[in-house]
Amino acid sequence: MLKVENINVYYGQIHAIKDVSFEVHEGEIVSLIGANGAGKSTILKTISGLLRSKTGHIVFKGEDIGKVEAYKLVSKGLAHVPEGRRIFLQMTVKENLEMGAYTKGDDMAADLESVYNHFPRLKERENQVAGTLSGGEQQMLAMGRAMMSHPDLLILDEPSMGLAPILVQGIFDIIKEFHKMGTTILLVEQNAEMALSIADRAYVLESGRVVLTGTGEELKESDEIKKAYLGGA
Amino acid sequence: MKKTKLRKSTVNNLITYAIVALFYIVVTVMVATGNATRHMQSLLVPICVNVTLAVSLNLVIGFLGELSLGHAAFMSIGAYTGGLLSIFMKNMFPNLPVMVRFPLSMLAGGIVGAMFGALVCVVVLRLKGDYLAIVTLAFGEILRSIIINLDFTGGPSGLKGVPQDASFTYGIILVFLTLFVINNLAKSKHGRAIQALRDNTIAATSVGINATKYKLMVFALAAFFAGMAGVLYSHNYSIINAGTFDYNKSIEILVMVVLGGIGSVRGSVIAGALIAVIPEMLRSLQDYRMLIYAIVLIVMMLGTSNEKLKLLIAKYSPVQFVKNTLAAKKVKKEEK
Repeated sequence: MLKVENINVYYGQIHAIKDVSFEVHEGEIVSLIGANGAGKSTILKTISGLLRSKTGHIVFKGEDIGKVEAYKLVSKGLAHVPEGRRIFLQMTVKENLEMGAYTKGDDMAADLESVYNHFPRLKERENQVAGTLSGGEQQMLAMGRAMMSHPDLLILDEPSMGLAPILVQGIFDIIKEFHKMGTTILLVEQNAEMALSIADRAYVLESGRVVLTGTGEELKESDEIKKAYLGGA
Repeated sequence: MKKTKLRKSTVNNLITYAIVALFYIVVTVMVATGNATRHMQSLLVPICVNVTLAVSLNLVIGFLGELSLGHAAFMSIGAYTGGLLSIFMKNMFPNLPVMVRFPLSMLAGGIVGAMFGALVCVVVLRLKGDYLAIVTLAFGEILRSIIINLDFTGGPSGLKGVPQDASFTYGIILVFLTLFVINNLAKSKHGRAIQALRDNTIAATSVGINATKYKLMVFALAAFFAGMAGVLYSHNYSIINAGTFDYNKSIEILVMVVLGGIGSVRGSVIAGALIAVIPEMLRSLQDYRMLIYAIVLIVMMLGTSNEKLKLLIAKYSPVQFVKNTLAAKKVKKEEK
């Protein structure tokens, strides 16, 4: 569904992403893991059009989206939940969700219902201004908003960032639910254990390069990963 | 009978329209019965000019969340375009009634203003905050120099002989038009998209909002109404001078927006009218006018960012007093 071929991304002089290639097949959950500064978020920003690669291609559903403007991707079926819970702080919860269906048109009652089923907390706070939500609720809202556009591919950037462990479990359960509904998922995480436990396949990044790839289980058992990320001996 | 419940925003807009309509009726009656002094009447069109300017700048500052310091430039574009067109029409078609001539000039002033608004927006598209503010400020100063150095604009001595077509009625029509368009825009899907951009540009892009399109739309629309206000202005005084439209004027419009409350359309209406009237009331202190503006700005900024002060003001505001009294009466009734 998504094929990233040989991309190179620069921040000014800094060569942040070096010859990265990977693929996400339909129906998969794919994780990108790596430490701080490995280039995870940069890759996502490049896929969603906020940054541009100097080389290679990014192909989504057979179409090269390397030069497509960021805002057009939603209507092509690619939704991005940006890092750091970027919600519309001054709007209510409901208005935030409605913005998620911005490209879809008017009839959104059923979609709202479906999001509220996944996140009952959001239903309770429907008319509350989003800026007053807790961190976990804001993450739920950002995810709910992305689901309002019925994406084929959902990209999640660090959904567990800054959340209590008990909430992280909840967020990952929801990701699994979305996956069961037929959404393909590309997940970027620092929480390697969680990310590997739900991933079909995963890619490990280190200073802008893919250094390891395999199924979630394989990587979880790999000594290198255990040493570097999971705190094992 | 089935009662349809109006949305809160609709009620809010209706109150704003009612204030403007009431003002128009009261003034018209006063003028008709001879209760309005000449001095008072001379303030009516400037009030409408100010209100239009403030409401249109509020679109950029309050809804899009970008600080533009070049609003007076768009006003001057309208003032000169409309003025020149009216002079031309007056000479070429002396029989053309004012009712046709003036609206045509208004429209032309607005359209040329909007074109420049879009142009400036293209330049500042990738800028935000301080940088955007400084570029708009520079644009205003460049435009002023250009107008002073051109021949057909009358150069430094100003454009003379603009027909005095403006009247309070035209002014109020312009105010209504501005309010109607901006209030409806704010409520629409487009208005939501603009507010989403203000809240978080990256998130807005991630739900599929075209930031470029909406920025252009806001800048063009705000400049359109500023241009129309400029036309109204030039047709009120018959002589216009580029020096009027310097950055001080832009700051004055900004003062109106801040005084009325950023993002509040009704606030802009009231503040715009106040700023037109206050300097006349303080005529003896004219040299201190800018000083008083400055103090007002400081007090307002402190007031709106200080929760305790806000509560204090709310406690002693007449509106709150009425509300409290009504609530107290209701409680008493229920006790009985």
